[in-house]
Amino acid sequence: MSTEEALFQYLIRLGDNALILGQRLGEWCGHAHQLESDIALTNVALDQIGQARNLLTEAGRIEGKGRTEDDLAFFRSEMEFRNNLLVEQDNGDFAQTIARQYLFDVFQFHLLTELSRSSNEFLEAFAKKSLKEVSYHRKLSSDWMLRLGDGTEESHNRLQQAIDILWPYTAELFEMTEADKVLMELDMVPDLKLIEQKWQAEVPSHLEESRIRIPDTKGYMARGSRDGHHTEYLGYILAEMQALPRSMPEAKW
Amino acid sequence: MTTDIKEMERRFQEKIDSGLKIEAKEWMPENYRKQLIRMISQHAHSEIVGMLPEGNWITRAPSLRRKAVLLAKVQDEAGHGLYLYSAAETLGIDRQTMINQLLEGKAKYSSIFNYPTLSWADIGAIGWLVDGAAIVNQTMLARGSYGPYSRAMVRICKEESFHNRQGYEIIYGLANGSPEQKQMAQDALNRWWWPSIQMLGPSDAQSKNSEETMRWKIKVESNDTVRQRFIDRTVPQAHAAGLSIPDPDLKFNEESGHWEIGEIEWTEFYQVIKGHGPCNHKRMQARQKAENEGKWVREAAAAYAKKQKSRQQIAA
Repeated sequence: MSTEEALFQYLIRLGDNALILGQRLGEWCGHAHQLESDIALTNVALDQIGQARNLLTEAGRIEGKGRTEDDLAFFRSEMEFRNNLLVEQDNGDFAQTIARQYLFDVFQFHLLTELSRSSNEFLEAFAKKSLKEVSYHRKLSSDWMLRLGDGTEESHNRLQQAIDILWPYTAELFEMTEADKVLMELDMVPDLKLIEQKWQAEVPSHLEESRIRIPDTKGYMARGSRDGHHTEYLGYILAEMQALPRSMPEAKW
Repeated sequence: MTTDIKEMERRFQEKIDSGLKIEAKEWMPENYRKQLIRMISQHAHSEIVGMLPEGNWITRAPSLRRKAVLLAKVQDEAGHGLYLYSAAETLGIDRQTMINQLLEGKAKYSSIFNYPTLSWADIGAIGWLVDGAAIVNQTMLARGSYGPYSRAMVRICKEESFHNRQGYEIIYGLANGSPEQKQMAQDALNRWWWPSIQMLGPSDAQSKNSEETMRWKIKVESNDTVRQRFIDRTVPQAHAAGLSIPDPDLKFNEESGHWEIGEIEWTEFYQVIKGHGPCNHKRMQARQKAENEGKWVREAAAAYAKKQKSRQQIAA
């Protein structure tokens, strides 16, 4: 695998995570429990869409076939998407949205921290810039984990249920492919085992502080996104997101 | 006692007439306070309900740039809502009371948000026409006598001007795109034109709140004056984009220098205000749902804050 090919795949993975999570959060806009949270969730959505634009633009550049951020976002099919299964899970209630956000924020935070030392100029600059945003996301979601987990009985039960649903989707965040190996050789990207260690050092203790227990999945952990095999949710997300540009492929917007 | 109040009213009016702003803690006639609460809360509710028709298209925006811009715009509207609720709170009413009034149907919001966003061009039309009308109105309100509200208007107008340009940019692009896109833009203009004309309020002859609000400089110009200003700036923009205004009687009066529109059909306006518009039910249902489903979250946040406080007290 060439460096360009590996880099393209890696950028697509990061870009799709940001895009799909931003898309999910966008569904909340106007419907949150109070204005402050509406603004906060939209803020996170906006950051993620901004990151997706940078990453997909760079992916298109590296690929060298003239594809733009919009070509990559709107004209790829489900199996060509490489976002993690976690980010495509549905919003559910506010507890499920926060749980999904928290589990992903901690991952993204540590990943970007490492990427900000990348030997790749783009990744280094991108990570440094995005780390500021993601630090805020992580603070927001980890604060809400405490409030919901240690708030009322109802909020606790809802958050516990959310973690039970989402936990099996956390393992594949750290799954590596040929692309990771090629780029690790060049000091462009970190070993995801290292990110997993940092994530494991942070998440279980914060869950404990939030009075949430880690579910026993009897060894089952979901996987598939690295091969383009997603959950049933992604098809619907893309159907909604891509319908308009695909209905007029030649149009400019 | 009566003379005291009369004297205070006289001084109040004098202050307004000399162009000074009234601030939150100053004495004001009860009806001045009530009128302002009515207007500011109605304005805040409009921002919040207005997030819904636009929010509709966040997940379906046709490019990532448009998606980001729309997200930022709807977020701005939420910020305006927050800012306006705070301005109303300076008059002695709290946010939850105002929200309850909205949900109970006791408070109004701009009836234009009871119209549906059926195509992507509607997002352009809202920015161009609805925000355009709002800016003309709010620029006038920024000259009003109540300090906190007038300052809120100055700030909000700046952001609305940005939205207005983005909306027009969408419409202009569509109008100069493929035949299908042009059709989309014209259709949006056809549907949003008259509601935008109407959103500036009943004509002066019909407006029951006008005399007092003008004397107190809560409003400094009449609905019809503001409406004419909106028409004069918008008609040439439509023409520049190659679109036609859906009004067979529209003509330019060379003598006055104004665009004259045909008769406004007020029946529909009053129908929509009374709750019988295409989306009244849907909009209120969405607000009600957010309120109901958010109840446990607000309770959790309050319970956690309480626990934290008592933990800190024990630690101290």
